[in-house]
Amino acid sequence: MKRIATAVAAVMLLSACGGDPLTGGADNPAPTDTIVVGSGNFPESRLLAEIYAEALAAKGVKVSKKLNIGNRELYYKGVQDGSIDLIPEYSGVLLKYINKEAQEVGSDEVYAALKKALPQNLIVLDKSSAEDKDAVVVTKQIAAQYSLKSIDDLVPYCKDLVFGGPPEFQSRADGLPGLKAKYSCEFKEFKVLDVGGPLTVAGLKDNTVQAADLFTTDAAIKANEFVVLEDPKNVFAAQNVLPLINEKKASQQVRDTLNAISKKLDTKVLLELNQKLSAPDKPEPEKVAKEWLASAGI
Amino acid sequence: MTWIFENWERFWEVTEVHLRLSVVPVVIGFVLSIPLGWWASRSQTARAILFPFANILFTIPSIALIVITPVLIGVKILDEINVIVPLVVYTVALMVRAVADALAAVPGNVVAAANAMGFRPLRRFLTVDFPLALPVTIAGLRVATVSNISMVSVGALVGLGGYGQLFTEGYQTDNTDKVLAGLIGTVVLAVLADGLLLLIGRLLTPWARVGR
Amino acid sequence: MGWLFDPAHWSGSTGIPVRLVEHFGYTLLTLVIGALIAVPLGAFVGHTGKGGFVIVGLSNALRALPTTAVLILVVLWAGLGDFPVYVALVLLAIPPIMAGTYAGVRAVDPVTVDAARGVGMRESGVLLQVEIPNALPLIFGGFRGAALQVVATATIAAYTGAGGLGRFVFDGLALQDFGQMLAGAVLVALLAVLVDLGFAGLQRLTVSPGLRPVGTGGKR
Repeated sequence: MKRIATAVAAVMLLSACGGDPLTGGADNPAPTDTIVVGSGNFPESRLLAEIYAEALAAKGVKVSKKLNIGNRELYYKGVQDGSIDLIPEYSGVLLKYINKEAQEVGSDEVYAALKKALPQNLIVLDKSSAEDKDAVVVTKQIAAQYSLKSIDDLVPYCKDLVFGGPPEFQSRADGLPGLKAKYSCEFKEFKVLDVGGPLTVAGLKDNTVQAADLFTTDAAIKANEFVVLEDPKNVFAAQNVLPLINEKKASQQVRDTLNAISKKLDTKVLLELNQKLSAPDKPEPEKVAKEWLASAGI
Repeated sequence: MTWIFENWERFWEVTEVHLRLSVVPVVIGFVLSIPLGWWASRSQTARAILFPFANILFTIPSIALIVITPVLIGVKILDEINVIVPLVVYTVALMVRAVADALAAVPGNVVAAANAMGFRPLRRFLTVDFPLALPVTIAGLRVATVSNISMVSVGALVGLGGYGQLFTEGYQTDNTDKVLAGLIGTVVLAVLADGLLLLIGRLLTPWARVGR
Repeated sequence: MGWLFDPAHWSGSTGIPVRLVEHFGYTLLTLVIGALIAVPLGAFVGHTGKGGFVIVGLSNALRALPTTAVLILVVLWAGLGDFPVYVALVLLAIPPIMAGTYAGVRAVDPVTVDAARGVGMRESGVLLQVEIPNALPLIFGGFRGAALQVVATATIAAYTGAGGLGRFVFDGLALQDFGQMLAGAVLVALLAVLVDLGFAGLQRLTVSPGLRPVGTGGKR
C-alpha cells in the first residue's frame, strides 16, 4: 500500500512541475485585471501582439499572451467567448468577416462601418495608418508573360491559372467569392497553401500556382521580386492595423497606450519590422517589438 | 541549438505547458483505466465491448480529435481541456488493455492463496493483484507517456501545444533552429519521463526486477 | 454527416476518392520502405542476439520523435512535396515493425532452431525458413501497429500542403467547417480499419496454422 502511495505521489509531483494541473488550465478565467493578448497564426500578427503586450506591461498593466492561435475563423471565437481580450486586427477583413455584405472600401468608411458592425462587448481603438492588405501576387515571369499590372489584366487568363492561398480564402467575401463577383475571375483550380507563409511563397516560386494570396507587407515579395497586382475594383478593402479589444478591459490607460502605438505605426514601419523578422538571424518577435517600442519612445 | 540558449525563458515556458499537457492526461487516463481494466480482466462481455471500442478510438487521427473536441464538449477554444480530453481518451484506450493483460497474468495460485488467507476482494486487489500487475502496467504506462509527450505538439494547430508552438512558428519564419529546439525538448522530455517511470517501476517491484 | 454524403464531395481532383487513394498511397509506400529497413535489421539482431539493446533503445527514441517536427524540418531543408511526408512517416513506421520482427525472431523456441541446425541447415536457411515463418504472427503484429499509426498520422501531410484525407481535416479547421473535419476523421478511421482487416486476411493466408495470431500496437 505504501508503495502505491509513493507511486501516486511521484506521479503527482511530476505533474506539479507544470503547475497545479487543476488550476493551471484556462478553465479558471484569468483575474479580471489581466489582459489576455492573442494573435493570429502568422508572424506579423505575432509581432503586433507582442508590441501591444510589451507596451501595456511597461505601463504596469497585467498581460498574458496566447499567441499563434489560428486564423480569424478560429481566434474571433476566442475574442467572443472571452478566451482572449485583445488582438491586432485589420479593419477591412474584420469588417468583411463580421458583415459579408459590407461594401465600404475607403479607410475611413471601413473604420466607421466596422465600429457599427461590432457586437456590443467588442470595440476597436484608433486605427493606425499602417496597412497590410491581402493581394493577388504573381511572379515577375508570369507578370511579364501575360503583361499583368492589375487584376483586371488577369481576368482573361483566370481560367487557365492555378491560384494558391489559405483554405479560408475559398469562402471569405474578400477571397475567391469577391474575385468572382467583382472581376468575374474564376481560376482553373484553387490550391490550398498557407496564410501568406512559406508554402505560398514556395508555390509561386516553383510555379505550382501562378497567382497567390500574399500580404502586401510581406518581406518575401521584395526578396523574390514578386509583383503585387493592383485591385481597381477593391475586392480587398482598406486594411488598417488596429486593436480589437473587449470593452470591459479597455481602461483609459489601455486605450491611451494602444492609441499611442497606432499613431506611430505606419506601413513603412510594418515593412521594416517584417524585414527584421525574416532576417537571417531570425530574431524573436518579442525582441523586435521591444526594440521598436524603445525607438518610437512609447 | 543556439535558439534554446538565447530564448531560455520562452523555452522554459513552453516546456512547462508541454509537461502539463502531457502529464495530466496520463495521470487521469491511468486512474480511469484501472477500474476499466479490472473489469475487462474479469468479464468476457467487458472485453468484447471495451477492446474494439479502444481500437477504433486509436484510429482517429489526433489532429482531428483535438480540433473537434471543443465543438463536442462545448468549452472555450484555447482552453487546455481541449487537448487534455483527447489525450485522456488515447491514454485510456491504450491502458485498458495493458491493465487487463497485466491483471489476467497474475498467477492463479497466488490469488487463491490470498483468498484462502481471508483477503476481502478490495484489499486483495490493492495488496496482491495490483502490485503483481505493476510491471506490465508500467510498461504500458511508459508507452502511453511517451506517445502523449510526442502528441501534445499537435495542439499547436489550435494555439495550444507546448513545443508544438515552436514547430509552427519556426515553420512560418523558416527558422530551423526553433523547430529543432522543440524537437530536442520533446525527445529529452520523453526520455526523462520514460526513465523516471522505469525507475519508479523498479522501486515499486523489488521482487521482479523486470523493469523493461 | 451531411458533408460526407454530399455527392459534390465525391468527384473531381479534390474529391473524397482522390484523397482516399492519396492517403492509402502514403500508407502503402511508407510501410514498404519501412519494411525494407526495419525487417532486415530486426531479423538480423533477433537472429544473432547481438545489439538487442540498441534496437530497443532506437525504437524508443524514434517513438518519441514528434512527427510534425520531422515533417517541418525536412520541408525546411529539402523543400515541399511528398518526400518530407515519407521521411516523417517512415520514421514512425520503423519502431513497431523492427520491434515486432526482433521480438518475433527472438521468441522462436531455441529447441526448434537447434533442430534446424541439427538437420544441417545453413544460418540463412535457419533464419529464412525457420525463424521468420515462426515469427510471422509477431511480425504481423508489428506491421498492424505501424499501419494504424501511419494511417492516422498521414493526416499531417496536409499541413505542408500535400494531399490525403488530412486535407479535409485541415481545410475544415481553417473554414471552421466541422462537417468536413468530421468527415475527414471518419474516413481516416475507416481506412485504418480496412487496412487492418487487409493485414488480418494476409496474416491468415501466410501464417502457418500451427501458430496462433498475436496482435500488438502503439499509437501516436
